Amino acid sequence: MMTTLSPSSRAATRGWSDITIRNLFVIPTVAFLIIFNVFPLLYSLGFSFTDFRASSKAPVNFVGLKNYTDILADPVIWRSFSTTLWYVIVSVTGQFVVGFGLALLLNRPIPGKGFLTTLLLLPMMLSPVVVGLFWKLIYDPSWGILNYALGLGKTAWLTDANLALYAVAITDIWMWSPFVMLLSLAGLSAVPKHLYEAASIDRASKLYTFFRITLPLVAPILLIAVIFRTMEAFKTFDIAFVMTGQPQAELISSRLYKMAFAQWQTGPASALAYIVLIMVLCITNIYVKYLNKAKER
Amino acid sequence: MRKTMVGLLTGVSFAAMGSLAQAQELTILWAEWDPANYLQELVNDYQAETGVTVTVETVPWPDFQTKAFTEFNAQGSAYDLVVGDSQWLGAGSTGGHYVDLTEFVKTHNLTTTMAPATMQFYSEYPGGSGTYWSVPLEGDAVGWAYRKDWFEDPTEMANFKAKYGYDLAVPTDLKQLVDIAEFFHRPEENRYGAAVYTQVPGDAITMGAETFIFSYGGSLGDYANYKVTGLLNSPESAEGLEDYKKLYGFGPPGWGNAFFAEVNTAIAQGQVAMGMNFFAFFPSLLNEATNPQAANMGFFANPPGPRGDDFAALGGQGISLVSYSQNQEEAMKFLEWLVKDETQKKWAELGGYTAAAAILESEEFQNATPYNKAFYETMFKVRDFWALPEYAELLDEGQQGFYDYVVNGNGTAQEALDKLAATWVESLKAAGYPAE
Repeated sequence: MMTTLSPSSRAATRGWSDITIRNLFVIPTVAFLIIFNVFPLLYSLGFSFTDFRASSKAPVNFVGLKNYTDILADPVIWRSFSTTLWYVIVSVTGQFVVGFGLALLLNRPIPGKGFLTTLLLLPMMLSPVVVGLFWKLIYDPSWGILNYALGLGKTAWLTDANLALYAVAITDIWMWSPFVMLLSLAGLSAVPKHLYEAASIDRASKLYTFFRITLPLVAPILLIAVIFRTMEAFKTFDIAFVMTGQPQAELISSRLYKMAFAQWQTGPASALAYIVLIMVLCITNIYVKYLNKAKER
Repeated sequence: MRKTMVGLLTGVSFAAMGSLAQAQELTILWAEWDPANYLQELVNDYQAETGVTVTVETVPWPDFQTKAFTEFNAQGSAYDLVVGDSQWLGAGSTGGHYVDLTEFVKTHNLTTTMAPATMQFYSEYPGGSGTYWSVPLEGDAVGWAYRKDWFEDPTEMANFKAKYGYDLAVPTDLKQLVDIAEFFHRPEENRYGAAVYTQVPGDAITMGAETFIFSYGGSLGDYANYKVTGLLNSPESAEGLEDYKKLYGFGPPGWGNAFFAEVNTAIAQGQVAMGMNFFAFFPSLLNEATNPQAANMGFFANPPGPRGDDFAALGGQGISLVSYSQNQEEAMKFLEWLVKDETQKKWAELGGYTAAAAILESEEFQNATPYNKAFYETMFKVRDFWALPEYAELLDEGQQGFYDYVVNGNGTAQEALDKLAATWVESLKAAGYPAE
């Protein structure tokens, strides 16, 4: 329903024009974005073609594409990229399966549904650093509850080169599945009930109903959840940084942090940040394309 | 008009008072740990004497370097003094962040009053140049804590003698230390041989590994001439690294992400016979509130290697004057007060590890705690990592290289060091140092 200003309202009597509203709200917002987003983005693009080190007063030299070619030829960075890619696949798939599964369970009349939903949402409300420290204790090989509960002996989850990445991914799944669950629940509750009634009259099986009614109608919102989680998983830093130092589980954000703030290689770090940005944009574009297709259907 | 004038004068007065008040305050940046609390206690005396408020602002260790250099790079004046790591000297001095304190050092004769190694590693840059950038504040180095009750148990002593052919006691060399770790390594009893440094973020595993490399007659390179090949990957360095890996194998399960806190925790939980740690972290091991084994703790300096090379990795920090400080004159006065004998004595009494040679050599200091004697012995045999402005790149490469061999078990020690030497040569070349 569209609302209009009552002629007697204060705003109307003051006679705020579109220009006044633009000056009051739009211009400050745009200015803020330009100063704190666009300008640093372009400034760091400039850095990415130089040998600038923020910790040094040495003259800054233009190095062309050297930073980009060095990064793309560095095996350590490629290892971090492939680790990150695998981490994104494991983590987002896990979140999707767990989150959507929980949403299907909760999308039916069960006692204490509200309380249960709130309880399930708690992990994503916690600070990632707190979650990381908490799970570090759970994984501890000497006194952690996980090994004890599963009878896994002294499995060193966070220091074993083959397990560390999965241990971090499990933590991320635990933390962010509720987010997928929440969006999925919203999508599920929006599916018109008469479609299920019609399917029931036609004696459609549960599986048929799920794949022909539920999934196609929820797909757009599920894709939105996956886009958000993929972008976030690609940028994961805090949980992994807190939980493990295993170089075999080093994500690209941790490598970027080390280059930018431990080693102060500002130029190469800016170049790496741009490569990461381009990758995230490419992945997001692929998803958006599928999202549009899903909407069209 | 009159009102306007009164307002202006009031404003000017407040501004003047503000700037006066500002000159009466000094801020020191340090990492968040016990010595910073001792320093705050110490500087309260300065405040009582001079009326100048000195605040020690602390940052958690993992963020310390980032926080300090972010402020330096912005040429910020939030901190007048910084208690920076020895490896920062290159970046701090060549980056123009530290004030040259050479005249101050000469005037106060610090090269003779402070332990020589502390002036060399906490203050002088480049090495051997006679140019100084800090005043040694918190001396520190790697030492060992051990379970006296386990070592003195008659059954354990008899079993050890039967197995190794010599008495179970504080090790006199690092080969013996490895034997003792092996002897006490009994996972089925939840008892382990030794807890050493293995963590990758920061400098932990390098500090542990370099202690063994130095003590086995190896080196991390020729710091003056930027040479690495044949030094870092010498057979002696490889032997030291091999034994460090053995010690890691005698640690508690999942010991691949351990630094000072994890080592002290393993000791407090009665898990390990020996623990490597910086001396600054030993006071908490004598506190029964934090360590139920406090009554059973003993301490010793890092023993020499098999050929008598006697070294330990250097920790600790010097205090430097930040070149962007608005209160440099007041900060210099503070440093003058800090280097006085009585101030250094009070610093040691509070729990700080003074670098003043006379205090370190005194019986009073050496007998003050169970670890002071070991600390004194260690401070005259320390060695440090590279202190170039690009140290962080070398450190990161070192951390990954050592970890890959020690914890992940990839390749041999010789292969790991050959690979690291090649990486360091490339990094030094890329940074513009003379090629080998």
